Amino acid sequence: MARITKEERKTNIISAALKLFSEKGFYITTIPDIAAKVGMSVGNFYNYFTSKDILAKELVMYISEYLGKNIREINDKEISTEEKIYEIVSMYFNMANERPEMIEYFLRVYLSNREVFGDGCEGMICVSPFVTEMMMFFNDGVECNELHDQDFFSAFGLFMGYLGGMVFLFGEKILPEPLEWYKKSISQNIFNALKTR
Amino acid sequence: MHLKQDKKLSIIWFQGLTCNGNTHSFLNLENLEEFLSRFEILYHPSLPSTKDFLAVSKCILECDIFIFEGTYDPLMKRNDINISKILKYYAETSKYIIAVGSCASFGGVFKASAPERNSGLIFNENEKEGPLLKQSEKLINISGCPIHPEWLAYTLRMIAKGKEIEIDDLHRPIELYSNLAHHGCTRNEYFEWKVDTNNFGQKEGCLYYKQGCRAPMTHASCNKILWNEVSSKTRVGTPCFGCTEPDFPRQKLFSTKTNMSIPEDVPIGVPKRSYLTMAGIAKTFHIKRLEGKLIDYKTID
Repeated sequence: MARITKEERKTNIISAALKLFSEKGFYITTIPDIAAKVGMSVGNFYNYFTSKDILAKELVMYISEYLGKNIREINDKEISTEEKIYEIVSMYFNMANERPEMIEYFLRVYLSNREVFGDGCEGMICVSPFVTEMMMFFNDGVECNELHDQDFFSAFGLFMGYLGGMVFLFGEKILPEPLEWYKKSISQNIFNALKTR
Repeated sequence: MHLKQDKKLSIIWFQGLTCNGNTHSFLNLENLEEFLSRFEILYHPSLPSTKDFLAVSKCILECDIFIFEGTYDPLMKRNDINISKILKYYAETSKYIIAVGSCASFGGVFKASAPERNSGLIFNENEKEGPLLKQSEKLINISGCPIHPEWLAYTLRMIAKGKEIEIDDLHRPIELYSNLAHHGCTRNEYFEWKVDTNNFGQKEGCLYYKQGCRAPMTHASCNKILWNEVSSKTRVGTPCFGCTEPDFPRQKLFSTKTNMSIPEDVPIGVPKRSYLTMAGIAKTFHIKRLEGKLIDYKTID
């Protein structure tokens, strides 16, 4: 059997930590909990992450890079802005279905425990790959005259706040239909709100 | 492109469609009289000359350096003689041609009076097009609106000393135009930390984000070779208008074009994605010293 590389083990820790943090919360989850879930000793865990706070920040960067990479692939496609919106919504909802812990972590840990992320993860530092790609998306949309020119954060909040809200409702099992069912109407609503007038 | 000889080089300064801005700017050259003593001025519109305009326009003179100021309008006449004829004669007989100012270099401001026919001498904006294409090899563009007097003095000095002048793709001396106007700007720290100025004429803040500053996208040495030896547009709190580039004059010179708050143009050679990453992170930090008036900041509370 092939030996697990250090990088693979690090990824395993990230996956386990995301699940535990999003299920139990940041403060209740302990390093021994995470180490046990991965099947390693607490001592060995510290070879990968020297503290729970540092792990918490790495997780935000991991999610941000994951989102940034996926949105960049969409940004690079030769498709209309309306189609890009549909693809971003689909990607986000698929992620909520397949890896709910990533969005749960973002909403329930990152946004709710700001004191953990104040030093070294403030502002754009940990979320830069994701926000940069959204900037590129909006910039390209205005440049090709398909989106209305307005303040970035007004548009960003409308887009991502809407998606975050829907995933929250989904997580709370309030939505009567599966997320997939909402992709088209939500994409259309976002485009209608942002398109050139 | 070089020439070395003991006798004084002769100069004719000829004007097309122009506001005289470059003529006037050149009169501000430090030690102008001493500098000009190294040349023989056959004709200049505002300086003592050994010949008159009648002789120039009749195409009976010969000069080493032919300087052209202003936009080329093929229908324009000087002394009732079509300037295309005068240009052709001096372009063929002179050893050097210098296009002074952005009008002569790329069309500039006066191209707007007849954009379908007016141009620079060998460029129409950034397209290679103009009346002196055949003489391109001996033509140097000194773009700017107006030119800095030292830029022309440097070029003339190099020619007089028989030194080669390396030029860029737009025929501008690399020594003068490889810099960006951003280089040497006293506001660079504000640019690095993304601190905007709120108004014109302020000592603090960067003019790139809202006030239309083109310095990071403009090849010019304005903040390296200072104007009147002490100043520049950005140093007094006015945005660089990008006047040395072929797309000058642009519209809305005092505001930055943005797409959803994101600058449409980013510094030359920097991918927009990289710029946004760097800018977003820099904006996260609030540097107290850069947020207020410089004179109010106290290092010891």
